[in-house]
Amino acid sequence: MTHHAAGTGPGPVTDHAGRPLRALNPFDAARDADAVPAAAAPGEAPGARRPRGGFWSRPVVRVVGGAVLPLLLLGVWHAVTTGGLVPPYQLPTPLSVWDAALDLVARGQLQTHVAISVQRVLVGFVVGAAAGLVLGSLVGLSRAADVLLAPLLGGVRAVPSLAWVPLLILWLKIGEESKVTLIAIGAFFPVYTTVAAALRHVDPHLVEAGRAFGLRGVRLLQTVQLPAVLPSVLSGLRLALAQAWLFLVAAELIASSMGLGFLLNDSQQNGRVDRILLAIVLLALLGKLSDSLVALGERALLRRYA
Amino acid sequence: MALTTPARTRADRPAHGVVLHDVRRTFPTPTGGRPVLRGVDVELRAGEIVALVGPSGCGKSTLLRQVSGLDIPDGGRVLLDGTPVAGIDRRTAVAFQEPRLLPWRTLAQNVALGLPAGTPKDAGRARVAELLRLMGLEESAGLRPRQVSGGMAQRASLARALARNPGVLLLDEPFGALDALTRLRMQDLLLDVHAAEPATVLLVTHDVEEALYLADRVLLLRSLVAAPDDAPSVARVIDVPGRRPRDRADQRLAELRAELLEGLGVATHHVRPGDADDHHSI
Ligand SMILES: Nc1ncnc2c1ncn2[C@@H]1O[C@H](COP(=O)(O)OP(=O)(O)OP(=O)(O)O)[C@@H](O)[C@H]1O
Ligand SMILES: [Mg+2]
Repeated sequence: MTHHAAGTGPGPVTDHAGRPLRALNPFDAARDADAVPAAAAPGEAPGARRPRGGFWSRPVVRVVGGAVLPLLLLGVWHAVTTGGLVPPYQLPTPLSVWDAALDLVARGQLQTHVAISVQRVLVGFVVGAAAGLVLGSLVGLSRAADVLLAPLLGGVRAVPSLAWVPLLILWLKIGEESKVTLIAIGAFFPVYTTVAAALRHVDPHLVEAGRAFGLRGVRLLQTVQLPAVLPSVLSGLRLALAQAWLFLVAAELIASSMGLGFLLNDSQQNGRVDRILLAIVLLALLGKLSDSLVALGERALLRRYA
Repeated sequence: MALTTPARTRADRPAHGVVLHDVRRTFPTPTGGRPVLRGVDVELRAGEIVALVGPSGCGKSTLLRQVSGLDIPDGGRVLLDGTPVAGIDRRTAVAFQEPRLLPWRTLAQNVALGLPAGTPKDAGRARVAELLRLMGLEESAGLRPRQVSGGMAQRASLARALARNPGVLLLDEPFGALDALTRLRMQDLLLDVHAAEPATVLLVTHDVEEALYLADRVLLLRSLVAAPDDAPSVARVIDVPGRRPRDRADQRLAELRAELLEGLGVATHHVRPGDADDHHSI
């Protein structure tokens, strides 16, 4: 189990498009003559009428293009399994995986597995991300908190996810709390790290301008610092959600009677390769779907605030 | 072009006198302290316009920061109306050398940031709209800073400072990014605003003509890097003759201009090498 998604470290703070965050470079604007913006209607981004990137940037192409390889993969899977190239006990056909899904749905089990897993991910994500926001803000804004907290949290972060399992089971038993806690730990760190790093790098000129116009404390945070770090908070949240799914399986593999991780483990013991594949495909679909939903929200927020 | 809706009336918000007494500021460097301001003794009368000129890096912005309370002097005192400046002072407003607009806010929202706390919503909106109109930015009120030119951003930054309706207005090269024509227009605009809502103005500029056109007095700062150990930062104080609005072609101003330029180390006529020292008479 990988325990950290890439990019959760305190790297350069960039927004979703990889542009450096909040570089208020006077020369960017100074290059334009005074007359340039008059040509663009108010409320319209400059260059909105310019076609951007051509063929590969069209929404339809992006959706269809993204489906090409998965469908191709499905086709190859179908071909090699029905053609007898691979024995079914190693790789069942796509159709038999589909049948396994229908079978589990008919028994009312698949719905339960999916629902309980989604619930665990959501609760763990919300708890972990909220804690990450609070502690990340504290460490990012306060020198003292940075000195006192950052090393401890850095150490906790280095502990692989599976290492927590025995302790969590010992302390919280095998109920929901232990699983949700593990997922919350997974969701906490991407948010904590990105928020703390981003707050430390907010343009000090802007913060000073805010202070010069009488903003202090929470008002300064609301007006200058939080909007400045919004893009990194959002990408931190996306990483946290991805990590929540990773930790979900770790939690469910070990001690559970429901959920997709349990389905994986149970099927392994029963030799049901079709169900193993089903669980993997479902994890892929659910993870991607939840990420896309968050990405939509991220886009909307960034369009408004950045 | 007068302001018709000042956020508060003149009587509520008088201009403040500013006293700098023996102000000193030294920045630490790896090779020891680097003095930037030394022995600054200046008194600005309430409602006066004082221009600050001097070579790049001589400490003009630093001096402004001492008055705004954004920085604290290592020695000496800064008084506003007789009370010391302790921390950021709500009686002052700054237009920084860079526009420093919040990139995620429109120009109008950025200007509104300057409104004094507790301004009623309607009054605030009217005030922002009026300032944007004065600055020639009404068409761009809804644009973000990255969508406007450097000169427009700078005018928005000036509008934000004016929105505060301050007793002391601190302007750090407010017209530096403007083209020559807009610059002349904005100078007159500043004088109009000053006439309608008198404030004590401390204005940094690299443009000697601008200093002489706008100011009652011009302070010439020197760089302490090459100066003798006991030389104060203010090399010269020049009283500008005449009343505003001044004639830009006034002969007396032309003479002062030559004097100031020489103080800055720029010869206004061809100088033989042997004469050069005479022109650094300060
Ligand atoms: N926070 C700081 N720490 C260390 N040195 C500083 C700091 N602020 C300013 N200085 C130094 O003080 C000197 C004066 O800076 P200042 O910004 O006041 O110059 P200036 O006269 O405004 O120059 P310019 O005309 O180029 O804007 C510079 O040499 C600068 O390096
Ligand atoms: Mg400066």
